[in-house]
Amino acid sequence: MSATAPAAAGAPANLAEHFPEGVAADTRKGYEGYVVGAGQLLQVAGAIRDKLGYDYLSSVTGVDYPDSNQIEVVYHAFKTSGGPGLNFKVQADRNDPVVPSLVGLYPGAEFQEREIFDMYGVRFDGHPDLRRILMWDGFAGHPMRKDWKEPFFEEDLKPFGSRWPGGDVRRSEELDPFGANVQYPPDFDPYEWTPETENAIYKLMQPKADNGNGGHLKTDKLVVNIGPQHPSTHGVFRMVVVLDGETVVDLKPVMGYLHRNHEKIGERNTFLQNMPYTDRLDYLASMSNNHAYALSVERLMGVKVPERAEYLRVLMVELTRICSHMWAIGFLLNDLGAFQTPALYAIKERELILDLFEATAGSRMMCNYMRFGGVSRDLPAALRDENTMDFLRELVVNRLPYAIDELDRFLTHSEILRARCIGVGVLAGEKAIAYSAAGPLLRASGVNYDLRRADPYSIYDRFDFNVCTRPNGDVYDRYLVRIDEMRESVRICQQVVAGMPTGGEILAGKPQYNVRVPAGESYGRVENPKGELGFYVVSTGKTNPWRYHVRAPSFVNLTLLGEMCKGHKIADVVVILGSIDIVLGEVDR
Amino acid sequence: MYGSGILAGLGVTLKHFIDSYVDDLKFLGQRYYNPAALNKRQGTRGKGVFTVQFPEEKLPTPERFRFIPFLLYDEKADGTHDDRCTSCGICAKVCPPQCIWIKRSNDPVTGRPVPQPAAFYIDIDICMNCGYCAEYCPFDAIKMDHDYELASFDRTSAHIYDKQKLDKPVAYYASLRPTDYAAEEKARAEEEAKKAAKKADAAAKAPAPAAA
Ligand code: SF4
Ligand code: SF4
Repeated sequence: MSATAPAAAGAPANLAEHFPEGVAADTRKGYEGYVVGAGQLLQVAGAIRDKLGYDYLSSVTGVDYPDSNQIEVVYHAFKTSGGPGLNFKVQADRNDPVVPSLVGLYPGAEFQEREIFDMYGVRFDGHPDLRRILMWDGFAGHPMRKDWKEPFFEEDLKPFGSRWPGGDVRRSEELDPFGANVQYPPDFDPYEWTPETENAIYKLMQPKADNGNGGHLKTDKLVVNIGPQHPSTHGVFRMVVVLDGETVVDLKPVMGYLHRNHEKIGERNTFLQNMPYTDRLDYLASMSNNHAYALSVERLMGVKVPERAEYLRVLMVELTRICSHMWAIGFLLNDLGAFQTPALYAIKERELILDLFEATAGSRMMCNYMRFGGVSRDLPAALRDENTMDFLRELVVNRLPYAIDELDRFLTHSEILRARCIGVGVLAGEKAIAYSAAGPLLRASGVNYDLRRADPYSIYDRFDFNVCTRPNGDVYDRYLVRIDEMRESVRICQQVVAGMPTGGEILAGKPQYNVRVPAGESYGRVENPKGELGFYVVSTGKTNPWRYHVRAPSFVNLTLLGEMCKGHKIADVVVILGSIDIVLGEVDR
Repeated sequence: MYGSGILAGLGVTLKHFIDSYVDDLKFLGQRYYNPAALNKRQGTRGKGVFTVQFPEEKLPTPERFRFIPFLLYDEKADGTHDDRCTSCGICAKVCPPQCIWIKRSNDPVTGRPVPQPAAFYIDIDICMNCGYCAEYCPFDAIKMDHDYELASFDRTSAHIYDKQKLDKPVAYYASLRPTDYAAEEKARAEEEAKKAAKKADAAAKAPAPAAA
């Protein structure tokens, strides 16, 4: 995709043609898309959405360029009818960055813009609720800015000089954690402080004095905090809920309890060093995370992945999808009160898949399996006392299809499940698109959008499988979409096992630990079990990425939680949350 | 009929319940504490209860399983150790959380670096078991271990491994990962053979012009 290329069918339209003023093609080497003036942004984005048909805003993120004293906000828009995307950017003055908010056009930008505000200090004009989202209130500065330094800061880039040749181990905790290493804002006393947004969030949701439903009885609305330590929140995740009786009037998610500044670590790391860190995002789908990151870097490097490695990748990623959906269904049932029995039946099958991961990659969950240009190891000859290919065949031809059918028999027609799920948390298709929902959440609302078909990557164009959609957009349909998708994944795995070339390379070129990646930007995305997982990587031609951003599906999908819960009973909130299927490792990063 | 869905679901539970007893009977009381039975009941055709009686029995770790790395040494005939590590520093550079510290040793007379580490530390609290050190070490000097039971009473003193604690004989490695070990030894032998052939070649060629 080049900025100057003529607009071929499916290729992005030439934006500069439509807007002679305020829009310029991005001509920096390796960059693509357009630079839009902040003043024109709303107008241009409106035309991109309505005239050009880019109805799906996948990712919004920031990049800091201190040399030109600019912070750049980068947007990636796509069409739900498929095809490549359109990338446009706004540059703002680093000292006082202000950019118009796109929440009015693309509501899915809400949390992502809040994240940029939090991480870069960019103020979004017209944003309905601009607060920090991942960091806490007492936090000084904006951590993703290049000049911000973390406690126990050593050096800007790894590898750190102290490790070799004169390495002398020193525990970071030996440094005084309350010494000069921790920064507080001026006039801040941690002991005297009450969080501002704590009050802000309650004020924002403040139940208006109201006479209840009938008018005779004066009723108060009630604010309830669910989480962060609540067994059904799927991790340390908090929901502030305003209730009228038992009915949810408003809900706001609060997150960041598991935040570790993954992206800052990513910018200190070398390109290769980031691979095992991606395992820790959605830790139920490490193979998919590896794949997305590898794709985005490979795009910059321009390497071709060998045949067998592609097959191995698809095999692993599809098995991961089965694991993840099994988990999602099992724990959705937990949320419904079917305590543990369905969950254990489901994750029993996952054990076998993890056995394969462990025997191949060396670890059950933190696989760290893919490398730029291939994968790290081929399949082992044997798994336990069985030939690996026999094991695989038995698994994908007999065992998994049977297990999925059984789960289907076990749950799908249960009257209790249907009563609790049908018509709950309904999400209309247009709304799902507007809010940038992804994955089963989007497809259960009738939107036929699966990246494996819409914007094919790897070798998915060779396999025969269906994109699973359901029309109603409720919790039940999300459950059904997951069951259907597992069946399709099994089909893909069967085709992989049957068609995989025997032997051959699994890595292009020699194994290299210090890859230099050509300068430029790249957005690589895959259909992860939870939705669209994207990595936005900017390279300056060195061994460490300048920018490493994760577009986490769980995080963006949560933008919709409040919308879906309104009007339902509080007991349904946990179920709706379960049906989105979030993993906090990825939400908080 | 209303309720038939629930009954069908209960049927599945009942089947699992019965299967677990049938499976118990099949093993004739040998179901537990028996590695061969463990492989069967945890395999793709396993039908009954899928749990392992940890810690009395453990899932076998596959060869490639990776946990905290260790350093390899060859044992010489006189019983002294010959470190494989040359302190080239690649593992310390590639390690993502930067938990390897290596002090290079210098020749006391010339001050030049010698290919042997003076000290080697790994902070296992930080190690993320990624396996990169083993993957990229050019000398097969560092490998991933299988021993995952590392609980200790005192973190501060027990969790920084020094060279003494990291050093393990090559035989130990060979027992952990026989396949990898065999492949590496084969590659090494081929490499040596090639080198030897080259040398012999050069030696055969060299005297010729002198004679002429
Ligand atoms: S263990 Fe290997 S990579 Fe690390 S310093 Fe020694 S020889 Fe180099
Ligand atoms: S396994 Fe990974 S984290 Fe651990 S020492 Fe080796 S390179 Fe470092």
